[in-house]
Amino acid sequence: MTLAPETTDLKIQLRLDDGKGAEDAWFTVCDLSHLLPGRGVAALLPDGRQVALFRDRGGRLYAVDNRDPFGGAAVLSRGLIGTHQGRPFVASPLLKQRFDLLSGQCLDDETVRIATYEVRAA
Amino acid sequence: MSTPPTIVLVGHGMVGQRFLEALAERGLTATHRVVVLCEEPRPAYDRVQLTSYFSGKTPEELSMTDMEFIAAHGIELYVGDPAETVDREARTVTAKSGQVFEYDTLVLATGSYPFVPPVPNKDAEGCFVYRTIEDLLAIEEYARTKATTGAVVGGGLLGLEAAGALKGLGLTSHIVEFAPRLMPVQVDEGGGAALLRTIEDMGLTVHTGVGTQEIVTDASGAVTGMKLSDGSELATDLVVFSAGVRPRDQLARDCGLTVGERGGITVDEQCRTVADPHVFAIGECALASDGRVYGLVAPGYEQAETAAATIAADETDQLSFTGADLSTKLKLLGVDVASFGDAHGTTDDCLDVVYSDSRSGLYKKLVIGRDGTLLGGILVGDADAYGTLRALTGSVPPISPESLVLPAGSGGGAQLGPSALPDEAVVCSCHNVTKGSIRGAVTDHQCATVPEVKKCTKAGTGCGSCVKVLGQLVTAELEASGVVVDKGLCGCFSQTREELYEIVLALRINTFQDLLDRYGREDARGGDGCEICKPAVGSIIASLAPTIGASVYVLDGEQAALQDSNDHFLANLQKNGSYSVVPRIPGGEITPEGLIVIGEIARDFGLYTKITGGQRIDLFGARVEQLPLIWARLVDAGFESGHAYGKALRTVKSCVGQTWCRYGVQDSVRMAIDLELRYRGLRSPHKLKSAVSGCARECAEAQSKDFGVIATSNGWNLYVGGNGGATPRHADLLAQDLSDAELVRLIDRFLMFYIRTADRLERTSTWLERIPGGLDHVRDVVVEDSLGICEELESLMAAHVSTYRDEWAETINNPEKLARFVSFVNAPDTPDPVVGFVPERDQIKPDLPLLSIGMRPLENAEDVLEGSAQR
Ligand code: SRM
Ligand SMILES: Cc1cc2nc3c(=O)[nH]c(=O)nc-3n(C[C@H](O)[C@H](O)[C@H](O)COP(=O)(O)OP(=O)(O)OC[C@H]3O[C@@H](n4cnc5c(N)ncnc54)[C@H](O)[C@@H]3O)c2cc1C
Ligand code: SF4
Ligand code: FES
Repeated sequence: MTLAPETTDLKIQLRLDDGKGAEDAWFTVCDLSHLLPGRGVAALLPDGRQVALFRDRGGRLYAVDNRDPFGGAAVLSRGLIGTHQGRPFVASPLLKQRFDLLSGQCLDDETVRIATYEVRAA
Repeated sequence: MSTPPTIVLVGHGMVGQRFLEALAERGLTATHRVVVLCEEPRPAYDRVQLTSYFSGKTPEELSMTDMEFIAAHGIELYVGDPAETVDREARTVTAKSGQVFEYDTLVLATGSYPFVPPVPNKDAEGCFVYRTIEDLLAIEEYARTKATTGAVVGGGLLGLEAAGALKGLGLTSHIVEFAPRLMPVQVDEGGGAALLRTIEDMGLTVHTGVGTQEIVTDASGAVTGMKLSDGSELATDLVVFSAGVRPRDQLARDCGLTVGERGGITVDEQCRTVADPHVFAIGECALASDGRVYGLVAPGYEQAETAAATIAADETDQLSFTGADLSTKLKLLGVDVASFGDAHGTTDDCLDVVYSDSRSGLYKKLVIGRDGTLLGGILVGDADAYGTLRALTGSVPPISPESLVLPAGSGGGAQLGPSALPDEAVVCSCHNVTKGSIRGAVTDHQCATVPEVKKCTKAGTGCGSCVKVLGQLVTAELEASGVVVDKGLCGCFSQTREELYEIVLALRINTFQDLLDRYGREDARGGDGCEICKPAVGSIIASLAPTIGASVYVLDGEQAALQDSNDHFLANLQKNGSYSVVPRIPGGEITPEGLIVIGEIARDFGLYTKITGGQRIDLFGARVEQLPLIWARLVDAGFESGHAYGKALRTVKSCVGQTWCRYGVQDSVRMAIDLELRYRGLRSPHKLKSAVSGCARECAEAQSKDFGVIATSNGWNLYVGGNGGATPRHADLLAQDLSDAELVRLIDRFLMFYIRTADRLERTSTWLERIPGGLDHVRDVVVEDSLGICEELESLMAAHVSTYRDEWAETINNPEKLARFVSFVNAPDTPDPVVGFVPERDQIKPDLPLLSIGMRPLENAEDVLEGSAQR
């Protein structure tokens, strides 16, 4: 994730996992201005997967899988984000389990982890 | 042979699982091969909490088996494969699958089976027992599809639990008990009478002193009723037998082990069978050395420990099982019934102290020995003291028995807290944990919360009846050891909600970031806050918005980021990611045109409609992108947000009142509408509900509301602090015979005082119970103005009332906000494919299989995405 100075032209991009790091592996999602600090949005990937994108008050961006692994619904983008012991997390709007936004680790159940994505504003 | 010695466990129930844990604790799993034969299709689960399946616990949540534990200890667990024969000569067990296991030690933990009286047609379709998860699944299915009435045979502990469950499934429920009273084993005649009244008040029909003679069936063989011994016939579509259990000792009988006359595998004090030193029996299948078969889990756990210790031949730890406590507390029916110790007073020369109040269904009896020792007791209607009294059994209580049975607040009554208990008192009898060990967990093992203490000592993880006492002990111990119990709102703020409210109001702080950076805990400053403080502070800011100079629109600026997910979308999230829509219908009054508009909208958007418990209409199954379209039409027809999503005023229910009703003495509908329009949109620590009844018959149920109003011939009576929910509370009368203006002024003050001083998510009921001085204090403040703040409270409310605006009307007129109502930021026209529906009773319901698969293949995903990415 990258620190993003705010200008209207910046786009949010996700790295899709071919792992080669080629420039075209970055998938453009939307304008940075679409993300309200402190909240998230959902994005649809070409293969049908859904990603939850967040922006915290410092402008940092995060991207995790949108599906709540406990309830099954694709709603994590609608959860509240916060800071727990210095690390960013999102709390599911269904039953409030929290997920670390950097590692995808569930903070309330050590056996559960969700996918994370590399994201940048460019 | 070089293979390690083998222990074979037959039966993986609660006691079997505990036995495995006891083996592991003693290191025996490392030195032995351990084989477990489990008959049920799932490994051990919490049978004691079985009924909680009906209140939402899933079978997975009931599980007691940690598969990692099983794997880590190399235990071979064969699920769904019961033992069929035992050859004691060859020391082998043959399982149903045909596998043969040699054993050095065999442990039988086969539990019990439900006893079904041998009445004709007892196996008819619609007859069930109540023992396993599979039984419950079958009952649930049958109740849902084929039954409207259910009868439980047996009015004991389990029978009442089952009857409560049937009622919970929506059936008209009957209990048929052969004895002259309910719970004959636990309670005496007086207790039985109080219990009967309470159970009947809950809408269950009780038939005592009658037996079941025959199950009546129709031509297809399904139950239609039962014939009772008094000659009557009871119509019912479903029968649950709960007439006691019998030890499952068939396997033992077949291989020649000694069993008792009335069943049960005979064992000695070490739980070894008397017939064969290589075989043990534990749990409900065992006939203990004191000649009893125990039907409770705690004695079974003790037997499991005893057997494991004996197998370990651990001299220092030589346990024996010589008998156990039979204390019980009824779960789940919503009735407080408990019995402990010598409840029936069978000890020579003992005396009773009894308090009985049939009007309120209270009955309390303590059995006291000649020397003042507490021997046992029965509590019906109020079993709060159970945890403490049970632990005091066997000692002389520090205060007189009379004051222990009198209700608190009756003058003579005294509350005996757990601090009065000696260290050796057993607080958790399921796991035999003493007060001393609990204190030790806090002082020596640094446990600082109840969950930590539970994990450390196992206390509270059985029937759960000791958890209350546990909490009190933990807090007392922490405070005693000088730990300041952190009363802060969350990890970000060390202040309580009330303190934060005062800060926000006094300093006119109107953003969360400002509050966090100035008043947050040191390491939380500059951060993002958390899911607890953001909505709590968001709510404080919204309650005070006009006064502190914040926007009165909750989605404005930073406030949008603070709102809980439901408030953020101004709708209630459902399990599949769709939303429900609840327009406000003040006082429950609606015109035919209004109904038609709602009906048309529901039809056009394919929504599921339901009349709510709050006298309005809920429309379910709206996709996020449909919300603005639906609301545009609702607003157009004059509807506004019902705040069903917010911690805010919900509904003010009304009865039809004086206008139509021949008993009504005031216009309750008018008043309900006035109150609902006055307080709509008011953000508060928890939701607020109200009702207005036109006379003392109370058809609007005002006394179960946060603020309820009942008409009198002279005006209005105001009740406060009522609550339905899990812990119902009747409201208290705050003031009588008020005029319209007096009523409104008093409610203004009451609500604002509550909003100012309550904790987050604290309803008025719990708030009234918690704050020092309780109702009297609140009356002093809001009626007598003892703090001199009434003028301020009134002006805060006046500011709210005058600045209220409908947030849905505001939203549909704001293009920037509307842009957020899409499933995908990069594909605004694509609906979320996980939100799917299937038909049910002529409407829709969420497609649950879709949720577990997680994704439905998108048709033409590429097409949809093309060109939308740059939006
Ligand atoms: C729709 C409705 C059930 C129905 O089909 O009738 C309902 C549905 C929900 N109730 Fe309720 N309650 C509904 C009437 C009630 C009532 C009856 C009443 O208001 O007369 C009660 C008991 C009265 C009381 O509140 O004291 C009630 C006690 C609860 C509670 C327990 C509150 C408590 O203090 O213990 C919760 C849980 C909570 O709020 O924490 C709850 C929570 C909920 C939630 C919000 C659960 C959730 O988070 O999803 C449900 C949301 C439904 C939705 O998405 O729209 N609901 N709920 C009723 C809506 C009434 C309305 O028009 O606004
Ligand atoms: C609804 C309900 C509520 C209850 N509430 C309470 C309560 O509040 N407090 C309390 O103390 N107790 C309560 N009990 C009783 C408690 O559940 C039992 O005391 C406890 O489960 C006994 O444990 P167990 O291991 O001996 O038997 P079970 O838990 O019954 O386990 C025995 C297992 O052995 C299996 N088995 C039998 N034969 C074989 C075989 N040949 N091969 C392989 N497996 C076999 C059975 O299928 C079963 O799974 C309740 C019971 C019920 C049903
Ligand atoms: S509460 Fe009184 S006035 Fe209202 S409907 Fe009932 S009986 Fe009639
Ligand atoms: S007494 Fe049953 S869990 Fe403690």
